[in-house]
Amino acid sequence: MVSAPDRHSDAGQHMGGGIDAGHGFPYGLPFEGSLNDGPGFAGSDAPAEADLYRCVHCGLCLSACPTYVETRLETESPRGRIALMKAVHEGRTGISDRLVSHWELCLQCRACEAVCPSGVPYGRLMEHTRAQVQDNGLQSPELGRLSRLFLKAALPHNRRLRLAGHLMRLYQRSGVQGLVRKSRLLGLMPGDLAAMEAQMPVMGRQFFEPGSQVFPARGEKQMTVGLLSGCVMPLMQGDAMRAAVRVLQRNGCDVAVPAGQGCCGALNLHAGDLELGRQLAKRNIDAFKQAGVDVVVTASAGCGSSMKEYGDLLRDDPEYAEAAHEFARNTRDITEFLAGLPLDPPSAQLPWRVTMQDPCHLAHAQRITEAPRQVLRSIPGLELVEMAESSLCCGSAGFYSLIQRDMSRRLQRRKIGNATATGAEVIASANPGCISQLEQGLQNAGAEAQVMHVVEILDAAYQAEG
Amino acid sequence: MNGNELLASIRAVVGDDYVIAHREDLLVYEYDGSVDRSMPRAVVLPADTDQVSRVMALAYEAGVTVVGRGSGTGLSGGAITPPEGLQIAFPRMDRILDVDTVNRTALVEPGVINLDLDNHVRRFGMRYAPDPSSQRACSLGGNIAENAGGPHCLAYGATTNHVIGMEVVLEDGEIVHLGSMAREAAGYDLRGAFVGSEGTFGITTKILVRLLPLPETVRTFLGIFPDIDSACTAVSAVIGHGIVPAALEMIDALSIKAVQNVTDAGYPNDAGAVLLIELEGLNEEVDEVSGEVEAALWDTGAADVRVAEDDAERERLWVGRKTAFGAFGTIAPNYYLVDGVVPRTRLTQMLRKVTEVSERYGITIANVFHAGDGNLHPCMLFDAREPGVMESAMAAAAELMEECALLGGTLSGEHGIGLEKKEFMPLVYTDADMEAMQRVREAFAPKNRLNPGKIFPDGSYWRPSAHPAAYTAGMYI
Repeated sequence: MVSAPDRHSDAGQHMGGGIDAGHGFPYGLPFEGSLNDGPGFAGSDAPAEADLYRCVHCGLCLSACPTYVETRLETESPRGRIALMKAVHEGRTGISDRLVSHWELCLQCRACEAVCPSGVPYGRLMEHTRAQVQDNGLQSPELGRLSRLFLKAALPHNRRLRLAGHLMRLYQRSGVQGLVRKSRLLGLMPGDLAAMEAQMPVMGRQFFEPGSQVFPARGEKQMTVGLLSGCVMPLMQGDAMRAAVRVLQRNGCDVAVPAGQGCCGALNLHAGDLELGRQLAKRNIDAFKQAGVDVVVTASAGCGSSMKEYGDLLRDDPEYAEAAHEFARNTRDITEFLAGLPLDPPSAQLPWRVTMQDPCHLAHAQRITEAPRQVLRSIPGLELVEMAESSLCCGSAGFYSLIQRDMSRRLQRRKIGNATATGAEVIASANPGCISQLEQGLQNAGAEAQVMHVVEILDAAYQAEG
Repeated sequence: MNGNELLASIRAVVGDDYVIAHREDLLVYEYDGSVDRSMPRAVVLPADTDQVSRVMALAYEAGVTVVGRGSGTGLSGGAITPPEGLQIAFPRMDRILDVDTVNRTALVEPGVINLDLDNHVRRFGMRYAPDPSSQRACSLGGNIAENAGGPHCLAYGATTNHVIGMEVVLEDGEIVHLGSMAREAAGYDLRGAFVGSEGTFGITTKILVRLLPLPETVRTFLGIFPDIDSACTAVSAVIGHGIVPAALEMIDALSIKAVQNVTDAGYPNDAGAVLLIELEGLNEEVDEVSGEVEAALWDTGAADVRVAEDDAERERLWVGRKTAFGAFGTIAPNYYLVDGVVPRTRLTQMLRKVTEVSERYGITIANVFHAGDGNLHPCMLFDAREPGVMESAMAAAAELMEECALLGGTLSGEHGIGLEKKEFMPLVYTDADMEAMQRVREAFAPKNRLNPGKIFPDGSYWRPSAHPAAYTAGMYI
């Protein structure tokens, strides 16, 4: 047996600072007790131990994570964020501002989940972690303010949203916005307010409204579908909503957009407000049940992803568990729904060069990448070109772009660079957040291309038939 | 110089933003892909060779140990840093500095990701051959430290065969060049000694790698066998024909079941074992050898031989192989993977031992491995919540290691020795052998300040994570 190598026996004395005293070789846990006096995880919504320890820190998630790819820092990786959750769970640290900053830099794009060989439910872990952070009032001030303003006071309330939408449209179209932007007023506003002004979504020319009306199928009726109007999409992208209705009608569907529905709760859930998320889920379950539809279709990938998880969200609710499960099972992304039909192909040529940007909540959370491409390929004359990193997050991620402005901008630039490198004149997407982010990115870059929802492109092809 | 003074001087070299010293942040630098963990005093993120050299000189002066970290995907604890030690990581040194298409080389920094390099050079019709399963995450610097392998190393050799020269910083901060920036080197082959030294000789700061032209044709076969013995015979028969496939992988019945539980990789559920064989080369060459491979498979009792018709089918066959370990989660909540090597003529004998050990200890063992070069990965599947099962698994692993050594093989095909296997070293090396290694190490790092406590036995046995919750789910790789 060889004698042990002359190890760094003197290192401990040289590296002062009083840290980890008494722990030399063999390697092992570096300390006992907690690193700080922050709160731990508690209650029934805490991240589950079984979920946490599915992660064996193999590192195969690293290269899929947008924030890791940008920073190459372990603290900004999925594996690192889970390690911090485990550390809280094990009582080695409490929740602190520092931990929260790493968790909040996560886009919740779930790209890591799609590549994880161990099947770690990262999205669920992060939502439950955010819930613990919120319960303890430890969100960053920016996220806290925005949560109160948007997630609680605006999104769940359709009338308030519509009013805000009208005001924003007035602001944008009356010329006031131009004046404000030219003046020095923005420079006087607090940082996040000015940024919010800069990132304010452009309101559509015409809003789209749910109601009791049913849009009838063209030709023989195959089924009745319910369309989610949700919260902001009918205000920002009313054209895409109307295109969705027309495309569904054209393919033999009666389309109901029942009043009484509202926000799907995705953003509340991502931010950790599980309770409000559950209330919003119940409201939608009730609204669509009353409408008596066969399937619920959504043109928003982020909403579809959350709606497909209603079953999990409400599994402990005796009254809603079953209905939530059924609702989830009957939810379809619109591209998934169309690709699953014998789709009536457009007969007119649409000679466009198009590249597909995969929304995270479609590609990663719902694992749907082929369906939108299948729909696009059904259009005669359309040339589909692939961009590099098509499923790397564009940086929109709900309110992320307002809170993590730097990282959001970096990812936006990266995405626009990849998209424009294809020479495509149209960037196709399937999620309202991505569409706004891409439009703004193109504008910043001074690029010519146009952003459209996949169904808007299909609708354009149908319209071209004349 | 005390620890805080040292960190202040290091910050002056690399900048405040590039020293991670808060313990809440360091929680994520205490692990790699293995089961060990230990928190470093700080993590330093240098921008270039000069900064690495100055940081190492400062640490040397202060008597502090230094460990290099790539992406932290290693499986033997190579990047685990002793308490109070300094970790140097390379997120800022991730540039591909040059691709020489004429001489077929690339000059890269240590933080470059293996797959990024491969993807980058493919546009020039070339490839970087070593392809560890972690290739989409692991870095070239880490690959050099562990002499990483991968399925395609059967034909092309492990990392050492693809590294031509290196710029290296020694423990006292001195910068030296090993190997050559040309294809051949005069004098001692210190490059060869350095690759696989697991971070104990120095820290690599620039790497010149060899690139290979992309093959004209790739053909992938799936040989389906009624049992593992006949599949082993087929491996010997293929190689015995003088054929060296680009890859030759074995997947046993249990692994087939696990894979097919998760995804349809196209492996038949009732097979006793399948062989995944890939041929690469010129069209004519591949055509000719294909016939011989098929004949060898049929002659040794294949129930069926299939050829991937297109890239999508080929991809599907490989996805099954590459996700097998993750898929074991569908059979048992925990696993422990043993990386061992035997001469390929002893594969049948070794696999019989695996079966025998499995029965004697009452532990399920699945086999999915690089059959072509005799690199086994017997994988113990268990539920660590059962009392005593961890101890049994560890004892069974030790027996398998001993058997590898007895059959003339060795302890590690591609994962390194690190902390995990250092106590097994006497199975394959005498005291004199290991002393000779230590003397080489002393020539590079006389104070043993680089990644100490790894590779050589010192009585501190590997042990699993101390937190009992880790037993409830998840896996040991």
